[in-house]
Amino acid sequence: MRASIDSIETFGLVDGPGIRTVIFFNSCKLRCLYCHNPEMWTMKDDNYSVDEIFNKIMRSKPYFGKTGGVTFSGGEPLLQSDFIIELCKKLKGEGINTCLDTAGVGNGNYDEILKYIDIVLLDIKQTDPDKYKYLTGMPMSEINTFIDSCNKLHKEIWIRQVIVPNFNDTKEYIDSLINYLQGINNITRVDFLPFHRLGREKYLSLNIPYRLENTNDMNKDSCDELYNYFLSKYKVKSNTID
Amino acid sequence: MNTEEWKNFKGDTWKNEINVKDFIVNNYDKYDGNESFLAGVSNKTSKVWSKCEELLKKELGCHVLDIDTDHMSGINAFKPGYICPEDDVIVGLQTDAPLKRIVNPYGGIRMVYEELEAYNYKLNKDVDKYFNEFRKSHNEGVFDAYTEDIRKARHVGLLTGLPDAYGRGRIIGDYRRIALYGIDYLIEDKKKDLDNLKGEMLDDLIRSREEVSMQIKALNAIKEMGLSYGIDMSKPAKNAKEAIQFTYLGYLAGVKENNGAAMSMGRVDAFFDIYLTRDIASGILTEEEAQELIDNFVIKLRLVRHLRTPEYDELFSGDPTWVTCSIGGLTEDGKSMVTKTSYRIVHTLTNLNTAPEPNITILWSKELPETFKKYVAGISIDTDAIQYENDDLMRPIYGCDYGIACCVSAMRLGKDMQFFGARCNLAKSLLLSLNKGIDERMKVPVIEGVPEVNDEVLNYDSVIEGYKKVLHKVAGIYSDAMNIIHYMHDKYAYEAGQMALHDTDVHRYMAYGVAGLSVAVDSLSAIKYAKVSPIRDADGITTDFKIEGDYPKYGNDDDRVDQIAVELVKYFKDELASHKTYRDAEVTMSVLTITSNVVYGSKTGSTPDGRKAGIPFAPGANPMHGRDTNGAIASLNSVAKLPYERACKDGISNTFSIIPNALGMNEEERKTNLVTLLDGYFSQMAHHLNVNVLNRETLIDAMNNPEKYPLLTIRVSGYAVHFNRLTRKQQEEVISRTFHEKI
Repeated sequence: MRASIDSIETFGLVDGPGIRTVIFFNSCKLRCLYCHNPEMWTMKDDNYSVDEIFNKIMRSKPYFGKTGGVTFSGGEPLLQSDFIIELCKKLKGEGINTCLDTAGVGNGNYDEILKYIDIVLLDIKQTDPDKYKYLTGMPMSEINTFIDSCNKLHKEIWIRQVIVPNFNDTKEYIDSLINYLQGINNITRVDFLPFHRLGREKYLSLNIPYRLENTNDMNKDSCDELYNYFLSKYKVKSNTID
Repeated sequence: MNTEEWKNFKGDTWKNEINVKDFIVNNYDKYDGNESFLAGVSNKTSKVWSKCEELLKKELGCHVLDIDTDHMSGINAFKPGYICPEDDVIVGLQTDAPLKRIVNPYGGIRMVYEELEAYNYKLNKDVDKYFNEFRKSHNEGVFDAYTEDIRKARHVGLLTGLPDAYGRGRIIGDYRRIALYGIDYLIEDKKKDLDNLKGEMLDDLIRSREEVSMQIKALNAIKEMGLSYGIDMSKPAKNAKEAIQFTYLGYLAGVKENNGAAMSMGRVDAFFDIYLTRDIASGILTEEEAQELIDNFVIKLRLVRHLRTPEYDELFSGDPTWVTCSIGGLTEDGKSMVTKTSYRIVHTLTNLNTAPEPNITILWSKELPETFKKYVAGISIDTDAIQYENDDLMRPIYGCDYGIACCVSAMRLGKDMQFFGARCNLAKSLLLSLNKGIDERMKVPVIEGVPEVNDEVLNYDSVIEGYKKVLHKVAGIYSDAMNIIHYMHDKYAYEAGQMALHDTDVHRYMAYGVAGLSVAVDSLSAIKYAKVSPIRDADGITTDFKIEGDYPKYGNDDDRVDQIAVELVKYFKDELASHKTYRDAEVTMSVLTITSNVVYGSKTGSTPDGRKAGIPFAPGANPMHGRDTNGAIASLNSVAKLPYERACKDGISNTFSIIPNALGMNEEERKTNLVTLLDGYFSQMAHHLNVNVLNRETLIDAMNNPEKYPLLTIRVSGYAVHFNRLTRKQQEEVISRTFHEKI
């Protein structure tokens, strides 16, 4: 079996615990305004076999230590689930930790892939269906199916929320986020990621209009402030949050 | 011998022979705890250090604070000097004032003239007259013997940085011997050795007898130098203060006598710790006082200076002296050698702010205590002043009492020395093989008998064949140069003070080096996997290359190209080792450039990998800037494939830069991730890693506004440097390096 993979980062330290090999899968149904990997929106040639990727991951195994492992990212990795399932069968034989970095929008049947995933890094786009549609170009229904699967299988979830100026950088939004997260069972960590414009160059080089031309970088201190506000009102179920 | 000074010390072997390792192993206390015991800066330290900071600031403005032009280098050639006479805890300066530099004409008087002229000084007339009338320098000797081939290789930049005009350095005296045994005992021991040097009086034996006699004189001079400071080193040190003071004065003698590029300290953490622990246990020393001694010892090491020419600074920027201090490691039976004093030495980076010297080198083992690993990782992230070398790789070869000289050269203390050999340009060698042996820039013939290459598209197999032939000849020229240099250095600039602190029957390394590895390897890969067509001028000399298609690049954990690197270093090492060496030295090789990768690049034409003429090489064994596109681990894995003991036993330098946010979300994660990274890299028998955790933007801002960053320290290749002291060109090169980041 083969997959369409954009690139492999052997030293990912912010996509799951410890040092991780991050595999970037091509294609995604969403067209998020702030997406910083627009080059991975569409499917391209199948360029890697399961064994090729597995062997590459094994080269990084000495660096995984007690907590590191592999993160499937993209693009939307759920769109190449079959490949990931095959790969995970081999990785699990080696005791390698797996993370799925996803927006929860694939082609359904999520139970099968989730069996092989240790931690789901779930990207929350928006809590309001209209704004979700505006931001991503897709309706909000699919992510709920994904969350149902996660809840059913008691998956450990890390929440990631991008904070964008003049879009969701308000306490009202944080309140709605807290409310939204009540529907997700096993959250062990929540990170706020301040929006930055570093993806802009990629859009220009791909000749795709950059639709956030008038949006500035999210101020880091304001983002921290919102995060502290969030922590004052939300309690994660385990204590891995920092 | 058994004296009052050794009260409470255990073990016997070291009492009956000079054996510092046995003393340490029998007496040190390992420490597995954390850093919470460490003390801050004492009043005295604070006074002394603020005086130094003032002077250092002044020095940065004028580059050289002062020069003693009335005396020549020598162990006892200068009057005592002090920083704050009433507050100096550890005493001894190279000259009679801090940061006042020494004139050392023994390596080469021409260099002295250039140095003095650069800073508007003039040598004392009598010194000038009599030295020239009655003394010959190492430099003059070397050029009397150099062949035409060697001169050409030097001229075009095929061999660069050879120690033929100044001191060779990279010799670590076992300065601890003075503290443990006292100088009288060391003199007696050398006298016995001299008596035993018997047989037919021919070159080798005559030279050895002369050298040991010089060593005995040097030991007497060290003793006298101590007395000039009111310190009697004839007997063993009786407490920690004396142990540190005596050890430092031994080192000081080395840097008064010699101006070698790298004058390293060795390994003192467990040794000093034994004395500090004994004094603290008997109630005569507090933790604050222990830290005060270490802080003041380190202050002295930070003040060591040598007089250099502006050309030298271009090669090795930032006034480095490589006072390398090796810390940590394990014993041969696997017990951690981390002591409280390992912490105290690293803690000077906090107490006295970050600084490039001493060059703090952690001998890393998977089995070091986790607390210590995390502590140094944290300091590393904060200061960028620490380098790491693999004890699990070196310990089986050198045992547990070796130290690092310069950046990456391991030697058993007091038992090994090396003949330092700078480096040979592997990329230029490849161009010579494509250009009939003619230098591509200066258009002069360098290597004879190289056949013409007329191919429109370069063929890998024939390029390899031609390259090997050229490397074979280069190895011969390089070997001749090294033998001449070290013959003359022993003859005209022998390091009697440092060699007196070695066993008489010392083991010698002939330490060759290479530069431009990644450029040469990527060039060969391009020829093999892409289509490379030379663009030739009217004389048939290649001025550039047309490259069609892509090729695998070193630094991406891709065996197709990485194995080319492995084969290249093995081949060249074997070629070097096929030649006889002066004094039967063991041939080793390093992959290390320090900052000279910039100069090497500027002296090398366009290469088949697509690098344009004049562009800097990557430093040391690093992949070429920006070509390692699969992340840091793939990059590290490529470098880890280079065989250490088999081919590059003098060290494989790798410099790693990462932005703080990419190393982890918060401080705790960053520390843990750095520790895991080092464990992973070294578990694959990699040798060395410099770690810089900083933002490219910070460096650009520092380049444009140096006054905002007076302390910004970064690791280059094997040493740390104040960023402000790099040349603009070197600053730009550092900024252009691969920063591992992910957005």
